[in-house]
Amino acid sequence: MIWLGEAREILAWGLILSGSAFLLIGAFGIVRLPDFWARLHAASIPDSAGMILLFLGMAVHSGLTLVTVKLAIIGLLLFLTGPTSTHATANAAFVSGLRPHEGEGLEADEPLESPPATSDPQQERAP
Amino acid sequence: MKGIVTALVLGSLWLLLSGIYKPLILGFGAGSVLAVVLLMARMDRTDGYVPEWRLKPVAFLAYLAWLMKEIARANWAVTRVILSPRMRLRQHLFVVPVTSRGDLAQVTFANSITLTPGTVTIETEPGRFLVHALNYGDETPGELAEMDARVAATEHRRG
Repeated sequence: MIWLGEAREILAWGLILSGSAFLLIGAFGIVRLPDFWARLHAASIPDSAGMILLFLGMAVHSGLTLVTVKLAIIGLLLFLTGPTSTHATANAAFVSGLRPHEGEGLEADEPLESPPATSDPQQERAP
Repeated sequence: MKGIVTALVLGSLWLLLSGIYKPLILGFGAGSVLAVVLLMARMDRTDGYVPEWRLKPVAFLAYLAWLMKEIARANWAVTRVILSPRMRLRQHLFVVPVTSRGDLAQVTFANSITLTPGTVTIETEPGRFLVHALNYGDETPGELAEMDARVAATEHRRG
């Protein structure tokens, strides 16, 4: 049964490394994507896949200990606060009048109470 | 009464997370617990709003399992967009109807939309959310409608 410890180690590090890869992809997306709204979506990759895989990896690595209980509590907290803060950022941008660039042949739906729309300087620069 | 229960829960959480039983650290813990309980009592006095719960625990766990699958799928989709040499974006701002009536279910739905990469809830309005999609396709509204139906299935129907 010696190989069982090895297998757990490999599983844990596989999870941790794939989680880290998603963090890297998220950071890459924030750099590559063209404007605020698109970058917002890249930021939610580390929030979901990166965070979940890293926490699973760390939990497998430490086994059934107090550390895993703490990890679960922190994970739960991040699971709730991550999307909430993303929403707060998006909502603040929207309320202050920043409007997303619409894809070809698409028209934006309007909110019930429409705040004054201003143009996004980043989008004016892009062709 | 509610304050005592909150203090007990917060106190045991502190002991579990800190694991250091020196008078100074325990004092910090007691102080923080007291401050939080007082703050919560004050917030209750100013708005007195009680969130509606209406949760079916088993259905909620089943929903979480389904959500994990959705998160995996959506992560893969956005990862492909980011890593493709020519990023094909089709950004769109659109309205998603919301069936759930309880506060908890609505928060769950809004957070689930944001948690699945590619869609972010921007504005919450009575009975509808304003959602932004990175790569909007014909199937996007259907997927969100399915999520809405699954969230609505986790709450009790009443009132």
